[in-house]
Amino acid sequence: MKIFGIAYKNLNRKKIRTALTVGGVAVAVAVLVSLFGFDAGYQRSLNNDIDKLGYHILVTAKGCPYEAATLILKGGGGLRYMEDAVYKRIIKDPRIDKITPQLISTVYNQESAQGRGAFTLYMGVDDTFLELKPWVKFKSGGWFSAPDAEEAIMGYEAAEVEQRLAGDQIFVPSINKVLTVKGIFERTGTQDDGLVFIPLATAQRIFDLPGKLTGIGIKLINIQDTAKLEEELYNEPGIQVVSLTQVRGTILNLVSSARVMANSVALIAIFIAVIGVTNTILMSVFERTREIGVMKALGASAFDIFKIIWLETIFICLFGGILGMFLAFFGSNIVEHIIRKTLPYAPSGKLVFIELRLLILSFVGVLVMGLVAGTYPALRASLMKPIEAIRSGE
Amino acid sequence: MSEIIIKAEKLTKTYKLPAEEIYAVRDIDLDIYAGDFIAIMGSSGSGKTTLLDSLGCLGKITSGRLRVMDKDVSCVPESALVSIRRKFISFVFQDFLLIPSLTALENVELPLYFSRSRKGRKHCVDFLNRVGLGSRIHHLPKQLSGGEKQRVAIARALASSPKVLFADEPTGNLDSKNSREIFELFRKLNKEEGFTLVVITHNPQLGELADRVVRLKDGRIISKEE
Repeated sequence: MKIFGIAYKNLNRKKIRTALTVGGVAVAVAVLVSLFGFDAGYQRSLNNDIDKLGYHILVTAKGCPYEAATLILKGGGGLRYMEDAVYKRIIKDPRIDKITPQLISTVYNQESAQGRGAFTLYMGVDDTFLELKPWVKFKSGGWFSAPDAEEAIMGYEAAEVEQRLAGDQIFVPSINKVLTVKGIFERTGTQDDGLVFIPLATAQRIFDLPGKLTGIGIKLINIQDTAKLEEELYNEPGIQVVSLTQVRGTILNLVSSARVMANSVALIAIFIAVIGVTNTILMSVFERTREIGVMKALGASAFDIFKIIWLETIFICLFGGILGMFLAFFGSNIVEHIIRKTLPYAPSGKLVFIELRLLILSFVGVLVMGLVAGTYPALRASLMKPIEAIRSGE
Repeated sequence: MSEIIIKAEKLTKTYKLPAEEIYAVRDIDLDIYAGDFIAIMGSSGSGKTTLLDSLGCLGKITSGRLRVMDKDVSCVPESALVSIRRKFISFVFQDFLLIPSLTALENVELPLYFSRSRKGRKHCVDFLNRVGLGSRIHHLPKQLSGGEKQRVAIARALASSPKVLFADEPTGNLDSKNSREIFELFRKLNKEEGFTLVVITHNPQLGELADRVVRLKDGRIISKEE
């Protein structure tokens, strides 16, 4: 006869009550693990996305949106331009490893999105683009044949949506231009997947923006020079400097209120679960007052009784915790789907990232929860006087 | 004459109510010898159960003196009473009070677990065999009759080899046939094991089986009969 057996069999007596309490704990733990998993996954994916941008600093014209989500939110407008003289000045800086000029333009296409209409983002780039993003691979086709060719390279998703293959021709409405699809990029998991790339010189010509740029991507030799260069570039008139830290901060701000809400919900769920477990065990203690008295009469010390009741609570929390972890682990895809629907901007990659460390921490957390929830009922039971307990039902 | 294992002198137990103090037992002088079989008798409210609880170290006495196995337990804390109960004392109750979630065998093992005894499962099975329940050791209390439950309770009480066994109306919930059988079992085990048996009973015929009968009225001993 072991104390574990006594505690387990006590719980087994009221199967439905035990199962419901375990279920409550499981839901609370699943919510908590999912949210912490989301926290970790979101930051991971965001960092990954930002790393895949390929540059440490983005210089744009003052007031110009610097990422696709904002651009779309602004209805495809709001673009500001700077002179390419800025590019020519910056390129001389010895701290720069690689640099690439960009010209973004948006075109509204009435026939896109199954006739509902949508913006297509065109980005003018030159050969330096691939130097900053060496991981970019072609699914089919290849790079532009000439710096001013009337050709396009489509991002993976843009090609999927338009159902284009290398060699096809695409029509750019509003400027009435036809471009030849020279290549299609592999999926990168970044906003590049939705863009149509054209040679920079061609973009400046067909969109009637000679000598204009919307952005300059800069990769530094030493990332620690970021802050210093950023400060120096602020002296350039008519431009704004966005470092990756800022981008990360801006996006995290977008989701911070959602995170605060979600974390509050998780904490409330845990609090309710603790109260539920305490209530269940306390009820069970009151129901078993005479049994506890008998155990004391048979030689059980106050600590023996405390251990039995505490173990029952810990069992409930551990069963619930493990079940909750399974639920969170296997239900992470559903949670991810819901989050993607809810958040204004979600980075690519796995949003809910549940790693072993999180599971171990949750396990320890659940154990502590069990200890806390069980303390009061265990104390009540252990302090019962044997005579009063035995005679209570008479 | 055998050694005295429990000695009560002027033992008094009161319960405090907001308005008054109730004397449950008062000025009890009683010597209990090793191997004794004592029946405590009296009408309801005469203080039998309170006396049994006090002698069995289930609670502190209010005044007087109580010695168990030559130890003064009159003013000791609950933890010391636990230690005395573990080593020397066991109980059988009218309502059997088996733990419903445990089998007959597990119920018998329970006091051994609490006393950290090294006696194993075989020892407990032996006791269940001796009370005639060898074939029902894995049954839960709800699968046993009243008489069988009380036999399990007796085996549970004796498994830890106590010096004194207190039984509070052990046949109160049994029919006359089962009552007689349980009393005869008590008598038999009392002789074989040599433990002291203190039984509360209302039944005068069962009382006749005891070596001594102590009669209580209004919390005081009114007679001690051999």
